[in-house]
Amino acid sequence: MGEIIQEEKQEKGGRRKNKKHSTNIDMTPMVDLMCLLITFFMLTTAFSKPKVMEITMPEPAKPGDPPPPPIPADRTFNILMSGNDKVYYYQGLADPKKPPLPTLIKTNYGKDGIRKFLLQKNKVVFKRVEDLKTKVVKGELVMADSTLNRKIKEIKKDKTLKPPIILIKADEKAKYKNVVDIIDEMAICNVASYAVVDISPVELEMLKTAPK
Amino acid sequence: MPKIKLPTKSPHIDMTPMVDLFSLLLTFFMLTTSFRPQEAAKIDTPNSISDKQAPDKSIIIIEITKDNKIFFDMNRNGKTFDKNGKEVADTASHFRKTLLEKMGERYKIIFTAKEKDKFDKGASFGMPVVSLKEWLNSDNPKRKAELQIGIPTDTTDNQLNLWVRFARITNPNAEVVIKGDADADYKTVKKIIDIMQDNKVNKFNLITNLQKEEAKLEE
Repeated sequence: MGEIIQEEKQEKGGRRKNKKHSTNIDMTPMVDLMCLLITFFMLTTAFSKPKVMEITMPEPAKPGDPPPPPIPADRTFNILMSGNDKVYYYQGLADPKKPPLPTLIKTNYGKDGIRKFLLQKNKVVFKRVEDLKTKVVKGELVMADSTLNRKIKEIKKDKTLKPPIILIKADEKAKYKNVVDIIDEMAICNVASYAVVDISPVELEMLKTAPK
Repeated sequence: MPKIKLPTKSPHIDMTPMVDLFSLLLTFFMLTTSFRPQEAAKIDTPNSISDKQAPDKSIIIIEITKDNKIFFDMNRNGKTFDKNGKEVADTASHFRKTLLEKMGERYKIIFTAKEKDKFDKGASFGMPVVSLKEWLNSDNPKRKAELQIGIPTDTTDNQLNLWVRFARITNPNAEVVIKGDADADYKTVKKIIDIMQDNKVNKFNLITNLQKEEAKLEE
């Protein structure tokens, strides 16, 4: 769209006016280019940064380390995972020297499966955290997000509430997704003490005879 | 009947507001953009409720594909600290170049300056060290894809362990990010975690998709 620049006609009287150029600049090519660039940036932009779940693994025991403190069996729950999205749990510690071995209870990854079980075991802590959250939402308590998070952490770590200790174990057939799901359940159910540990031979045996 | 003469209007439309808007959008996109990294393989990450943002600087990324191939990636630049633990602004640390040099030394492969440069600018890779040279020099995308068979982790020739070790030496502040496919075997992930723990890494960031979940206590 080229524009014709009109020259001003000479006025009567002979006085010459300065040449006036039209102030309109043809912006079409510029707009074209901008459109192109915007499209390019829009398509190549990765807007949402990926989210991560943090996990800290227990440090492997070195020879010469003092033996770890015993964990109370009544608060310990083991979650065992296997192939085909199978998941089991049992209470206490499976020690081949001290029969009988605990029985595995089959469950699933759904809302009524492992989450129900975890919530039930972690009732006190979960309720406290929820109460605190609702109070903040309703405006009964005013605090900054960081304070709230710190308070929640304190409740989770409060030993007097006797929160469960969860040991997460997966065998070779389990999928990565399964492990992530279980760790996620810990976050959903406000369980603070959990660890991803190696599965023991006894537990592998238990899985073999577990209900299908 | 005399024809009604329509006034001849100039076909010109004032594009200034449009250009204004476009410039604004363009500026916005240019400033907020962070380019989608080139992916060696498609990875569907599992879901979780975690909304913590992934660190994007100074990281070592281990990718695990659906068929359990392992890819390695490391940031070219990152935070560096001086002796007093103060952060030093550093934009060209070229960690990857140093990493490649170390790896070449170990496997007696000499990389040319051009190859090092290419590696420095590259993204994730997953192949035994022996085919790295061919991968760097190849322009054929099909052949390049063929070469990506995953980093070997056998006990006899644990190359991933070496990559991780050299990466840790090159950039001791790097955080480890694991990007695994939901359907990858836990066995593979466990192996990687073991290798990491061998190298004194105990904290991991697992990349997940955000998915909100609510739990309610039944009375």
